[in-house]
Amino acid sequence: MYKLYYIAGAAILISFLADRQKTINGLLIGWKKFSKILGTYLKLLIILSIILLISDQFIINYLGNQAPFIGLIMGLIIGSITMMPGFIAYPLAGILVARGVNYMVVAAFITTLMLVGVATFPVEKEYFGVKATIWRNIAGFIISALIALVTGILYGEVLI
Amino acid sequence: MSKKMQDKTNYYLFTIFAAFIFISYLVNFNIGKKIGANFMIFSRDMIAILPPAFVLIGLFDVWISRKSIEKNFGHSSGFKKYIYAILLAATTVGGTFVAFPVANTLYHKGANYSAIFVYVSASSLVMIPMSVMEASILGVKFTAIRIGVSLPLVIISSIILGDFFSKINYQIPEIE
Repeated sequence: MYKLYYIAGAAILISFLADRQKTINGLLIGWKKFSKILGTYLKLLIILSIILLISDQFIINYLGNQAPFIGLIMGLIIGSITMMPGFIAYPLAGILVARGVNYMVVAAFITTLMLVGVATFPVEKEYFGVKATIWRNIAGFIISALIALVTGILYGEVLI
Repeated sequence: MSKKMQDKTNYYLFTIFAAFIFISYLVNFNIGKKIGANFMIFSRDMIAILPPAFVLIGLFDVWISRKSIEKNFGHSSGFKKYIYAILLAATTVGGTFVAFPVANTLYHKGANYSAIFVYVSASSLVMIPMSVMEASILGVKFTAIRIGVSLPLVIISSIILGDFFSKINYQIPEIE
């Protein structure tokens, strides 16, 4: 869990032995970047905590009782607007599959969860600008839809 | 709103939010307590990841020369840069939260648009521990399809977007 601290600690030590002044400069740069973005990350924390209120039950209900193509669209939309850590998302996906929900729908949900971040927009726009953020997310949405369709075809859920 | 004002608003907002959660626990307000529990999940992640990640980004900034980034992630690198971007993504701890600032730093050191787009998208697609968990719950076939189909598509779309953004001379904001 905290392994990144060990890595960063080791990096500081090595860097310090190699060049003291450079290390101090690097840490100052890191601190400056961190303090500039911290407020935005705090805002993101608020957004994410509220969005996760969309409960498992809600998602199971909405993705579970649909015709496949409606389910596909719902999966794409719910995956885009929500954001959850993998240890919540994957067990949830497992429940969906156990309930007989198509793999295509699960793929739509899981891939948009990864590739489309409506909730993370405030952070992404700081680093990429508004335009690039929007286009990257649109591309992610289209790619997710294609992945879901290919999944549906390869699992024999969509006949071509 | 200026950047500084915005930042101030964020801190105020956060203080109010923290007070709301605290009071929710005191008066046993269920929705507030649930938001509080969610907040713990995400903030634990961020505390574990962000401070050391920015230490590494700072050191990266002073030690890695512009030349080496241009050579490996810039115009002269050809297709190789996408392979490097995916390898870097697979080993980036913390997913997109870390990938955004890293991508920004890479860009200002001479990486191409297409390379950083591939890097950011791949960093949420191919996180190694997550993919292992996925395969164990949904099956290896599912994970193989997802990664196998998505990576080529991410590279293609990033090249298209990269061309577009170079053509319109887009500037990515600089966070220093």
